[in-house]
Amino acid sequence: MEVGQLQRRLVDYTKSLLTEGILDDQFSQLQKLQDESNPGFLVEVVSLFFEDSEKLLNDITRALDQQGVDFKTVDAYVHQLKGSSASVGALKLKNACVAFRSFCEEQSMEGCLRSLQEVKQEYYNVKNKVETLFKMEKQIVAAGGSVPKTE
Amino acid sequence: MSITGQVLRRNLPENVEVFDDSPSGSLELHVLAVDDSVVDRMVIERLLKISSCKVTTVESGTRALQYLGLDGEKGPVGFDGLKVNLIMTDYSMPGMTGYELLKKIKGSSVLREIPVVIMSSENVLARIDRCLEEGAEEFLLKPVKLSDVRRLKDFITRGEGKDSGERINHKRKREDDYASSSSPSSPSSSVLSASSSSSSASSSLSSSARLSKRAKLRNKD
Repeated sequence: MEVGQLQRRLVDYTKSLLTEGILDDQFSQLQKLQDESNPGFLVEVVSLFFEDSEKLLNDITRALDQQGVDFKTVDAYVHQLKGSSASVGALKLKNACVAFRSFCEEQSMEGCLRSLQEVKQEYYNVKNKVETLFKMEKQIVAAGGSVPKTE
Repeated sequence: MSITGQVLRRNLPENVEVFDDSPSGSLELHVLAVDDSVVDRMVIERLLKISSCKVTTVESGTRALQYLGLDGEKGPVGFDGLKVNLIMTDYSMPGMTGYELLKKIKGSSVLREIPVVIMSSENVLARIDRCLEEGAEEFLLKPVKLSDVRRLKDFITRGEGKDSGERINHKRKREDDYASSSSPSSPSSSVLSASSSSSSASSSLSSSARLSKRAKLRNKD
């Protein structure tokens, strides 16, 4: 595929992620913070986000696996995950965290376990989609083009 | 820009230097950002650097106080020697919350002049009021945007040095705010102290039009 096609594909793909609500405007905002002085910013932030999220998911899983579940602790982890999801623009994941928190408040074990599954699903979904997006960017750069800004 | 520096210095006690004049001649704010989230620290750092600010990030209120040397008598100079012009702190942090950090800073005779901004992902009126009453310059809703940082930078650059007297008036005047009608052109997510004539800032407030009607942009005109 030539550069123009690759670029159009990327723009369309990014737009679809925004339309589907997987990503929101915050992601676009972060894209804009990249420049020549810091070309890898978005990849760096997102990688950090993935690392941090996976750690939190493990923490949550472990906290729910205890004999006496401390819902406050679970809620604190979910709150953190919600925060960082919002910071990178992972909208659906953030919303799943919001729903999770209400089950923590209710101290509903069943609700929490279901929510954890939901959150994991949304996490892996956004991870796959964003990694695909980054792959597309790499292809464009490899083909000698520049990454188009989504607007 | 050096004229601004001189004006500000005249209003300050002698031993307080407002800005570091970097070799290039531009006045750079040094911001201390406090957040327990590693992702948020990276984002805020980028936002601030893009806005030509020097940034130091720490992960907790305790670390922030250590950096500021609160137990010592060094004043608003970080342990690495750089004066801090602005503190931006997350509200919800384990251990010391942003609110508790705010209280400690405002309770310190050496640190209370440093403007403190609170950031939170939760739009809770009581929380916002509490922070503003305690002396926070502004309350930003997360995720923080570039326009928020730019507006903040303008406000701090223009208003610093005149704020202590003004802030007291500001607290009393807020009661009057409720009675007056809100200006249609300035929806605001934050309350800025009256010391800034920040009419130019209202254009960048659209991203922040999320807060209660009680929060208003105060213009000097």
